[in-house]
Formats: sequence, structure tokens, C-alpha cells
Amino acid sequence: MKIAVAIDGSENALRAAKHAITLAQHFPEAQLEFIFVADYNKAKDERLLSQSEESLLLKRKQKVDPVLELARNAGVIAKLTMLKGDPSLEIIKYVNAESIDQLIIGSRGLSTFQEMILGSVSHKVMKHVNCPVTVVK
Amino acid sequence: MHTLKQQWFGNIRADILAGIVVGLALIPEALAFAFIVGVDPRVALYASFTIAVITSFVGGRPGLISAATGAMALVLVNLMADHGLQYVLAATVLTGIIQLILGGVGVANLMRFIPNSVMLGFVNALGIMIFMTQLPYLRGHDTMTFIFAIATLVLVYAVPRFIKAIPAPLIAIVVMTGIALISGVSLQTIGDLGRMPSSLPTFFLPDIPMNLETLKIIFPYSLALAIVGLLESLLTSQVLDDMTDTPSDKNREARGQGGANFLTGFFGGMAGCALIGQSIINIKSGGRGRLSTFTAGVFLMFLIIVLGDIVVKIPMPVLAGVMIMVAATTFNWGSFKFLKQAPKTESIVMLITVAIILYTHNLAIGVVIGVVLSSLFFVSKISRVTVTNDAGIYKVKGPLFFASTTKFIESFKDVQEKEIIIDFRDSQLWDESSVGAISKVKGKLEEEGVAVTIRGLNSSSEQLYEKLL
Repeated sequence: MKIAVAIDGSENALRAAKHAITLAQHFPEAQLEFIFVADYNKAKDERLLSQSEESLLLKRKQKVDPVLELARNAGVIAKLTMLKGDPSLEIIKYVNAESIDQLIIGSRGLSTFQEMILGSVSHKVMKHVNCPVTVVK
Repeated sequence: MHTLKQQWFGNIRADILAGIVVGLALIPEALAFAFIVGVDPRVALYASFTIAVITSFVGGRPGLISAATGAMALVLVNLMADHGLQYVLAATVLTGIIQLILGGVGVANLMRFIPNSVMLGFVNALGIMIFMTQLPYLRGHDTMTFIFAIATLVLVYAVPRFIKAIPAPLIAIVVMTGIALISGVSLQTIGDLGRMPSSLPTFFLPDIPMNLETLKIIFPYSLALAIVGLLESLLTSQVLDDMTDTPSDKNREARGQGGANFLTGFFGGMAGCALIGQSIINIKSGGRGRLSTFTAGVFLMFLIIVLGDIVVKIPMPVLAGVMIMVAATTFNWGSFKFLKQAPKTESIVMLITVAIILYTHNLAIGVVIGVVLSSLFFVSKISRVTVTNDAGIYKVKGPLFFASTTKFIESFKDVQEKEIIIDFRDSQLWDESSVGAISKVKGKLEEEGVAVTIRGLNSSSEQLYEKLL
């Protein structure tokens, strides 16, 4: 069974990851995978707020590291996939292409303002992926 | 890096579609930039066409969209007001020459020296200035003007929620222009600014006296344009490198910008550079290759020639609404958080860059002063050197160079021991001043009868020391 968790560095994503790790611990044959999408809409601002290309990469790494550490501490082997583009579209495309069996996602990401304008990622993903989705509050 | 054939034809379908989207998205801004400078809309539209098409061939970053831009328009305002269009065109040609030279000597390598605090100051001041140019539409005019500007603004933000394939500004413009035409309200329109182009641009020499006087007038503008254009183009290249996970040749991009501006001046267009917003739209729409930029330029020209009679009916306040959105997107809203979190010196550099640009109305001056200021802060930050005495062993910590030697020398004012060791294990000698400082300290102490041993110099420091002493 392939379990995937969409993460973005937010508190919600961390909770989603915790839930996924607990699940993975109960299914010894489960393969756990974290998906992180670097949002195209934030590409300009992220670049401007980083000192250099290297510091930008470091900042992205810092967003996924806590989650990876959680898995490591729980003794769960997890894979990390970094994607770029529109978060909802990329998650949907990836989950469907890789035949993920169970997607876990936080209920709300980092920016409420963006959600107001573009709609929430979790809502959109839920509608378009072909597998069961758990939305973690 | 891909082969030229791949850069052109590796992604044909998506490149053409994205190019069409970008071509549409370029029109409202080109019109508004013409308005900012105070030139005929043709000057900006021709520029967008020629710059996009030329950079698609000679640029260094496939998929980058270059055209007439707000940053360049803002630099040109005074030149246009004081001397007229022919000087704007001549300045554009000279900008191209300067950029070609700078690109030739590898100016892109200097981008490393421009800290992000200066870049933040640049984009924030740019956003504020674009907003200010639209202010007349939010106050002073009649109510209808105000209502149309606000309604456009609301549409621009609301539309993307439902329609993503077509740029929201274009939808807003079509809808609001339709409303204006049907309701018959009288508003200032694009047509009041000048004529639309009905043909492709033609080659001609700017009509200016070819003398030193002319050069004196245009050179400061051209230099500022060259700096601003390169800055925005190289920043945009970096953003696209990151989005697409592909590298690009920044010096070639600098030369490409130069070539495009050089020729654009002869085709009646104003100076331009890369557009961050449009380039991101291109990538988001699937554009990756040179064909996308080429298509954007050609499609823009095609639309203008075919639909020129309709474009002139666009009400100015509608364009103002779009530009307020452009200003808000240009401004980096994360800067407020940056001010709270970043080191104080970086915040100061950012604020001073913004302040200088808003005061001088010159983006280039702000950037140059910002870079100088941040270099000084950096030098003062790393010039901290400490000397600690542990039973006659004086440990030096921090780099020793012209800015830190005074502190170093002062640390040996009051030596009590008869025999001391100066340990440089945690230090590095950088220049003549550092060697001079050591010899001065050593000489003075030995005069006072203190035996001095130098130790722990790393090999490059040792070499410098041996060479100079």
C-alpha cells in the first residue's frame, strides 16, 4: 500500500504527517511518501526573500526536514518527492500517475489570503484524485 | 544546456499556446507604460514586439519574456518630458550599446554582489511608483472614473478563481470596455493618447543632432536604463532557472537585452527589459522554449494590427485598475516580515534603497547606493577582530585587513609579559595593511624589550607575510 502525504511546511502539514506515520506504523507493508510542491506563484517572492540560490534551497529543505525527522524517529522509512508548479495540480497529477492508495493532506496550508482567491488546495485535491483522501485537521 | 534546435522546437505546442497567453497579457501593460512615459501607445507596442522577438533569438534564458516595462518607463519619464520622443529613441539605442558592452565584459557575474535587501528595495519602490502613477484615477477625477477603476480591480482579483487559462486583466478589460461602450458613459480612452499602429514598425534613425550635447543629455538616462534593465532581467532569469530547474547563460542574456534595445530604438520603440510577471505566466502556461517568447511578440503585434480600432476604445480608468494590480503584485508583501526577521543592517539597506528611489525617482541611483551601503555594512561586520590574552599567548580571532588593523594594534597597547606569542590560528591576513600592522606591533614591543613569536599563520597568510616582510 502506498501512502502519500502532501506537505508544505505548515503546522497542518506536520499534523498530517504525524497521522500518516502512525498509519504506516500499523501497516508494516505500507510505503510512505512525502510530497512537497514548490509553488510557482511564490517563485518570485521566495527568490527575493532569499539571499542566494543556495539559501533558497536551504529554506525549502528546512520546510521538509521536520517531517522527515518525525518519520526517522518513529522508525518509518519514508521517501521524499519534490515537485514544482501549482500545488493542487501537481499533487493530483502525481498521486494519480503513481497509483497512490491513500493520500493524506492538511486541511489548510500557509496562506489564508491565497486560499480566498484561488480556493483551498485540499478541497481541490480531494475532488480530483482517484484514491481515498484523509484531510487532517 | 539544450541544443539550439531543442530550445526552439523542443516544446512546440505548449510554447505556442503559452506565447499566445503572454501576448494577450502584454498588451494592457504596454499601453499603460506608454501612458506613464507620455508617449504614443505605438512606441510601447512596437517596443514589446521587437524586444520580445529579438530576445527570443539572442537571449540567454529560453522562456524569458522581455518587452516594454514599467521599470524602464519610469526612468524615461523625465527625458520624454524635457526633450521628446526622438531623445527617448536615441537613449534606447545607447542603452543597448551599454548593455552589449556590460554583457561582453561579464556583468552578470556581479549580480552576486547585489544583496536581496537591495533587490527587495528595488521591487518595492517599483511597485509604489507604478501605484503612484495611477493615483490620479483614484482621486480628483469624476465618480465614474473611480468606479470603473475599482470595478476593474475587483474583477482582476475575482476572475482567476473561476477562469485560469486566460489572463484575468484581459478578461477585466474586455468586460469593462464592453460595459463602458454599452452604457455610453464618457471616459478618457486609449484613443485620446494617440493612434494605434496599423503596420509593422519600420527602420529609421532617431532625429537628433549627433553631437556631444546630445550625448550629455541621453547618457545618464541610458546608463540608468542599462542598470535597471539588466537588474530586472537577471533577477527574472534567476527566478525562471529555479522554476524550470534549468541553468541559463546570464551574460548572454545581458548581451541579448542589449541587442534588443539597440535595434528597438531604430524601430521607434522605447527601452525595455524582462518582465517578471509575464515570464512567470509563460512558465505557468507551459512555455519553456524560445518559441514561446517569439510567439508572444508576434501575437501581440498581430492582435494590435487587427484589433487596433477596438483597443482605442479601452477606457483609461480600466487600464488604471489593471495597473494597480500590477503594482500590488510587483510589491513584495513579505517585506514586512523581512523587516522584522532580517538583521537590522539588511532592513536598513532595504528601506534606504526604497527611500532613495522614491526621492530621486531613479531606480538606478537607489540600487547603486543600496549596494554601496550594504558593502560597507558587510565590511564593518566582518572587520571585527578580537585579541585575547591567555598567559602570554595572544589569540587573534577574525580576519585582519585594512578595516580591522586599528583594533588589532590597540590590543597590544598594554603588554605586561617579557615574552609573548601571537597566535593567528583563527585569523587570516588579507592585505598589506595586515602585514604592516603585525610588523608595527612586533617592532614596538621589541623596542620595549618584549620577545615576540608569531605562530599559527595559515599557508596563504604565511605566503603574504613572507612576501611583504
